Amino acid sequence: MSAVIDSHHDDHHHGPAKGFSRWLYTTNHKDIGSMYLWFSLVMLFIGGAMAMVIRAELFEPGSQIVSPEFYNQMVTNHGLIMVFGVIMPAFVGFANWMIPMQIGAPDMALPRLNNLSFWILPVAFGILLSTFFMEGGAPNFGWTFYAPLSTEYAPPTVTFFIFSVHIMGASSIMGSINIITTILNMRAPGMTLMKMPLFVWSWFITAYLLIAVMPVLAGAVTMMLMDIHAGTSFFKAGGGGDPVLFQHIFWFFGHPEVYIMILPAFGIVSHIIETFSRKPIFGYSSMVYAIASIALLSFVVWAHHMFTVGMPIAGELFFMYSTMLIAIPTGVKVFNWLSTMFKGSLTFETPMLFAIAFVALFTIGGLSGIMLAIAPADFQYHDTYFVVAHFHYVLVPGALFSLLAAAYYWIPKWTGKMYDETLGKVHFWMSFISVNLTFFPMHFVGLAGMPRRIPDYAMQFADWNMMVSVGAFLFGISQLLFLFIVLKCIYNGKAATTEVWEGAKDRGFEWTVDSPAPYHTFSSPPSMESLKSSS
Amino acid sequence: MFRAIKYSLSLVAALTANFSFGAWDDLNMSPGATQLSQEIFGLHMTVFYVCLAIGIAVLLAMAFILFKYRKKEGVKPADFDDSTALEITWTVLFALILIVLAVPATSVMIKAYDDQEGDINILITGHQWKWQYEYIEDEVGFFSNLSTSLDKRNNLAPKDENYLLEVDEPLVIPTNTRVRFLITANDVIHSWWVPDFAIKQDAIPGFVNTGWTYVNEPGVFRGQCTELCGQYHGYMPIVVKAVSPEEYSTFINDKKQAKIQQALLTEKLWSTSELMEIGEATYQKNCVACHQVGGRGIPPVFPSLVGSEIVMRNKARHIEILMEGVQGAAMASYAEQLTEVEIAAVITYTRQAWGNAETGDGKIVIPKEILDYKNNKL
Ligand code: HEC
Ligand code: HEM
Ligand SMILES: [Cu+2]
Ligand SMILES: [Cu+2]
Repeated sequence: MSAVIDSHHDDHHHGPAKGFSRWLYTTNHKDIGSMYLWFSLVMLFIGGAMAMVIRAELFEPGSQIVSPEFYNQMVTNHGLIMVFGVIMPAFVGFANWMIPMQIGAPDMALPRLNNLSFWILPVAFGILLSTFFMEGGAPNFGWTFYAPLSTEYAPPTVTFFIFSVHIMGASSIMGSINIITTILNMRAPGMTLMKMPLFVWSWFITAYLLIAVMPVLAGAVTMMLMDIHAGTSFFKAGGGGDPVLFQHIFWFFGHPEVYIMILPAFGIVSHIIETFSRKPIFGYSSMVYAIASIALLSFVVWAHHMFTVGMPIAGELFFMYSTMLIAIPTGVKVFNWLSTMFKGSLTFETPMLFAIAFVALFTIGGLSGIMLAIAPADFQYHDTYFVVAHFHYVLVPGALFSLLAAAYYWIPKWTGKMYDETLGKVHFWMSFISVNLTFFPMHFVGLAGMPRRIPDYAMQFADWNMMVSVGAFLFGISQLLFLFIVLKCIYNGKAATTEVWEGAKDRGFEWTVDSPAPYHTFSSPPSMESLKSSS
Repeated sequence: MFRAIKYSLSLVAALTANFSFGAWDDLNMSPGATQLSQEIFGLHMTVFYVCLAIGIAVLLAMAFILFKYRKKEGVKPADFDDSTALEITWTVLFALILIVLAVPATSVMIKAYDDQEGDINILITGHQWKWQYEYIEDEVGFFSNLSTSLDKRNNLAPKDENYLLEVDEPLVIPTNTRVRFLITANDVIHSWWVPDFAIKQDAIPGFVNTGWTYVNEPGVFRGQCTELCGQYHGYMPIVVKAVSPEEYSTFINDKKQAKIQQALLTEKLWSTSELMEIGEATYQKNCVACHQVGGRGIPPVFPSLVGSEIVMRNKARHIEILMEGVQGAAMASYAEQLTEVEIAAVITYTRQAWGNAETGDGKIVIPKEILDYKNNKL
């Protein structure tokens, strides 16, 4: 975006090159961060358009606008794009922009790898989206792609899907290696691990999760590839293979994956609440331990997605108990955020509004998570709209709201300009109301028995579904407003101060550099002394 | 525009109707028809109330804090940032709440997992996109297909109460009997769910899962497939009819009789028009989902049967495809699911209809040939 040549330095410190080659060859963490963020915003609109198709089809009972087959393609690609194309790259974008600035480093440790890990992403999604124009249509087996629906019974384009997942995985792994290396080696002198900002901590742990599970996903799709093209029978019951094995492998990746999509959000929200409460975060070290224990526990809960596959009772009970345990560190985080606000001096700028909504609505998602963890009750909830409600509450007003909050929080630092506060608030309230209108009634239809991933439904679900669709259209429109606000800020915003938010200077290195942040920051490391609140 | 107004009006109407007290049923899980389902319902309500209480407490506390500690002139924020005692307190509190939930959950789980044999054992097999039911002791069985018409699905006819939840032949079980279900699948993974029995078991190829029920009162119970199983996943409902044990034995006897009748039918002399009639009905019921109206198919996934080499000139292979299916493709074997008469009829029909008789050899197939095929294989 509008990074500017740092005029304090001499000519050795050159600014960005001009034109497209600037973006293609860039190794600058700020450029790459911006590209990640723009990429995920574009994907948000593509995945969002698919969601609109889904909700239009479900507006009323009966076949409306698409065939059942195309409906499945929409559901599948919506899920894949939102998970791998929106939430994950957006967090990586924030990591790129903010981690070096928060730890006082000049750039990421491995800048060329950084460039590569971004540029293979558009390739991966280009491949995925191109399957829509191929014979047999796009992947249609759900974002969880259970075998054998995704192998023996898949459309021929599944091979492109596999290739695309491999590339996404490679990108994530490279990104994670880079983040870990940067954090371990490039912190400002005096910034011990337990003095790192929480966003850095949350990404540090997330990056380990990614390195641990992305290869598992790669293994799963490789086994699929073998089953499809090399005559193996990993998941083919007919050849002595085991379709349930697929689910174990998938969810061994999949459950940590859902935490990959929320841990960085915990970091972001902690910073925002701290700033707008004008009070240090409550229980810094328990926040860190909570993130770490959530991450560790996330490896031993995977089969709570499989309570109905016919596990032995010992398995059911083990996964029920371990899943319930996750609620403890999660609850600790929520209480710590509340305690941070307690006796603070609160103001409600747009980032804070989104952060507060995050805490409130993520709590709802966490509580429905506890209900789902109760295995016998999950026999009734599983694969219904109740689950859809649960994971949308943790992902949309959860992960996505944290991303919006972060964008409003840091955009003045990136562009040197303020966004339009009034419009920001309008955006917040529209999103807040429509997100609840969309996802809350899903709890009801789910409990009343509506299965997920169906293109048409029985009459008793009609009223709520219409309401959900109306909410969804509103939510879609609200996000167009976000795009407008961002563009308006970049081209027409009022100048922002260095500190941007009252008192922020004491809360992190990023608020000590000029706004907009110079193309190269911290060529010499800053001193921890300059931060008052470094505990 | 008019539609938009109509929709918004019906939306308002829907909302007001739903918030009236009587409609609570539409918002919540059904307590169901068996003891187990009621216990699971009770467990669900317990967890729900606990979560609701926590949720309300957290949100109220939050609202209070947001209001009370909003920025005011001259009021300085506190700067405490830790309290080990508090943190230990609430960690222990969470743990206690979870233990309180885990105890009843464990006991219900143990009940649900009782997998002794049933008085009646029924093998349920999921197929793309229908359920097959076989009464293991009585050696009878049938397929159960969605019976909602295409016109209703395409909004050409009004929809009624059981839209998408009705089948041509429901599963019949006796009341006051322990019925055990053995659940598996033939192609991809499906999941057999009847909310009123609180049974949801995945139907997985190569695995046999179990579930059981004991229904006290006669009734009709409806459910749906709950695992994505391909394009018509939303169109494979489950209907279970619980009847008195007497009625149940009549049902089973009728089924056994019908089976003997079928065997006799293969001996009968069939005219082409009789076969065509049965064939067309069979095609509409079993093949149209993939090969489509008029046999056009959806190439390349589902081949067109119009002008197909096999359909026009290769009778032996045509029979073989119907009897064996095609390995690795969606085309399943129909040897089990259709009678000899139906198989012969549908082959005859596809070889005659859509102009195939004119361009191909137009050979017909009689039920005897299918029976011979089966016997030769033995
Ligand atoms: C689940 C979808 C599905 C259903 C239902 C289905 N078929 Fe098929 N059918 C297929 C597929 C897929 C093929 C192609 C198999 C292959 O790869 O050769 C096929 C192939 C065939 C062929 C061979 C056509 C050719 O030219 O190769 C015939 C004949 C046929 N089906 C008849 C029927 C009849 C009769 C029925 C109903 C009793 C039926 N099918 C039901 C999916 C289906
Ligand atoms: C208190 C913490 C949580 C608990 C106890 C919990 C529990 C569960 C359970 C048991 C399921 C399986 C439901 C079923 O399929 O029957 C589930 C599904 C899911 N959860 Fe959570 N969850 C929690 C937090 C989260 C978070 C933080 C995220 C992501 C940000 C998340 C994302 C998902 C997703 C995406 C699914 C659905 C996956 C699918 O089947 O497609 N959950 N959760
Ligand atoms: Cu999970
Ligand atoms: Cu299904």
